Amino acid sequence: MKRQRLIQGNEACAHGALYAGCSFYAGYPITPSSEIMEILAQEMPAQGRVFIQMEDEIASISAIIGGAWGGAKVLTATSGPGFSLMQEGIGYASITETPCVIINCQRWGPSTGQPTKAAQGDVMQAIWGTHGDHAVIVLTASNVRDAFEMTVRAFNLAEEYRVPVILLIDEVLAHMRENIAWPEPGELPVVNRRAPESTAGFKPFADEGFLPFGAGSRYHVTGMAHGPEGFVAHGEAAARELRRMIGKIQDRVKELAVFEAAMLDDAEVAIVSYGITSRPARAAADQLRAEGVRAGCLDIKTLWPFPEHLIADIAGRVDRIVMPELNLGQLVREVERAAGGRCEVRALGRIDGSLMTPQQICDAARSGKLQAVGQENSK
Amino acid sequence: MSDQHRRFLRLRQLPHVWCPGCGNGSIVKALLTAIGDLGLDQDRVAVISGIGCAGRAPFILDFNTMHTTHGRALAFATGMKLVNPDLKVIVIMGDGDASAIGGNHFIHSCRRNLDLTALVFNNGIYGLTGGQLAPTTPAGKRSTTSMSGNIEHAFDLVRLALGAGAGFVARTTSYDNKQMVTFFKRAISHKGFAFVDVMTACPTYFGRMNDLGEPYELLHYLRDTTSPSEDIAREHDESPPADLMPTGIFRDEERRDYGTLYSQRALATSGKGRS
Ligand SMILES: Cc1ncc(C[n+]2csc(CCOP(=O)(O)OP(=O)(O)O)c2C)c(N)n1
Ligand code: SF4
Repeated sequence: MKRQRLIQGNEACAHGALYAGCSFYAGYPITPSSEIMEILAQEMPAQGRVFIQMEDEIASISAIIGGAWGGAKVLTATSGPGFSLMQEGIGYASITETPCVIINCQRWGPSTGQPTKAAQGDVMQAIWGTHGDHAVIVLTASNVRDAFEMTVRAFNLAEEYRVPVILLIDEVLAHMRENIAWPEPGELPVVNRRAPESTAGFKPFADEGFLPFGAGSRYHVTGMAHGPEGFVAHGEAAARELRRMIGKIQDRVKELAVFEAAMLDDAEVAIVSYGITSRPARAAADQLRAEGVRAGCLDIKTLWPFPEHLIADIAGRVDRIVMPELNLGQLVREVERAAGGRCEVRALGRIDGSLMTPQQICDAARSGKLQAVGQENSK
Repeated sequence: MSDQHRRFLRLRQLPHVWCPGCGNGSIVKALLTAIGDLGLDQDRVAVISGIGCAGRAPFILDFNTMHTTHGRALAFATGMKLVNPDLKVIVIMGDGDASAIGGNHFIHSCRRNLDLTALVFNNGIYGLTGGQLAPTTPAGKRSTTSMSGNIEHAFDLVRLALGAGAGFVARTTSYDNKQMVTFFKRAISHKGFAFVDVMTACPTYFGRMNDLGEPYELLHYLRDTTSPSEDIAREHDESPPADLMPTGIFRDEERRDYGTLYSQRALATSGKGRS
């Protein structure tokens, strides 16, 4: 029988990183992410990998970028305040096409906020946090096994596309324990950095793969706008390069879209959610079905690039999309845009530090014209 | 430019961005002499810089080079060196870069003692952004943000590095090529964190704003405001003038570096992970 283990979301992230071949971690402690670094501090030296606790989160993101160019698969993990500090580094990673993974265990904000309360308030920041147009991938997870798998996926995408990948979980998933079927070696795909065909004259930004420092070629890396060889570019040349970087993510929206859809085929109401909120969303859909409302749900796991096509498809078929989020409406704006007025989009936000309940979602789904026959609006 | 220097330059990236009379070129020349004299493998040298005029050095240097973000070069270098310990990693920073925005990384790098060589091109002002006050601007000196004279106290980066625990700490000037070469060679050869504070001249801002004259006169200013620490001790045993910066090697102690300690620890625990 498959090995089962009762573990926390944070443990799943740490072990997912090891499974994916993470060879360098740099970080700074912060609730509710610290278990990730505590586990890696224990495991990595023993496995011949490198772990370091840096002096702050700016140093952490900088160190992992340096480590990536040194040839390592790299990770840092943090939470809101630390994630804010990392934004400049994320921009540097983006413009230098550095494969790296950043896990943000979201907590209630802004500022110190409520460190031990769950939130989904960093979605906008994960997508848009650093200055300038830029390319990033943002993923999320809704259960502990998912946290493991999405961590592995985050590494795979970072390596394949040479882009920073941000995995957003939250305080509840970080600390929640679930029994998971432990992935065996080889069970999940692990992608490694593509080596260039030849090292001579390697151009670091010409889609020739990746060659670390000291591996037989000498080249330049800069956060300034640059051409294929890494030297400064201006005007149209700079614009072309930035379009290429963004395009390599944005043009692959469909390939990158990870999601779980349930009961949507005949649905009149769709509950669209992500992360921890997908759990009450599913419970709500089941409850609504039991009451005779044809509800379905879509759990989006790739938040960016935003899978518009999924929403466009649903919007043409349902009367209403209900979107619960532990914020005052962040991803719902993308959903509204993609729905393009073809159905009602109802935002449901919660910011008191507790999780959304299935009841709240049911109420939002039922109220108005969708209310099932004979059912009182419980609000 | 001799062949010894030419082989370490990216000739296609010349001319460099520095102003005529800027001291940065002299420092880079001394660095290349030191690297050549030490016989380092060009492919295995990494030069990592921050943002500023000093930070532009790597563009023209034919090694593995990385121009990072303002203040963070040492943190990038830390990751690079940890995962690729055979590289010789040399970090170039401006004084504001290293001690204002990057001050935290600077003191922690001194303390951590990873095998890195850190050079600060210390012109006492913010060059790239147009001559604003730096933490190293001497008291009373003018900048675009201290037009009537600096009322803050300047950082003495040597004392900062000593206090933070760096194993090799030296100060030289861009005026003294021979001393720069000697100190750079010792710093690069030092196993552990090595820091050299290189006092240099920014004629465009520091010089002009403080009426210090032509670039060559600024070299005289550098000469007159620095003095070998032995001479200062001999000549002013009571109270050396506050504006006289001592040059020399202030500490050269081998202690086990972070990388060596980490691999020993890793070896001792290997196979003791939980899964
Ligand atoms: C985060 C950030 N803040 C500010 C700047 C603007 N900036 C660029 S270089 C610099 C200071 C340059 O002075 P110094 O570090 O002493 O180097 P120098 O140019 O004198 O060599 C500043 C403030 C920046 N690039 N990034
Ligand atoms: S502004 Fe000053 S430091 Fe910068 S290149 Fe010109 S002279 Fe050198």
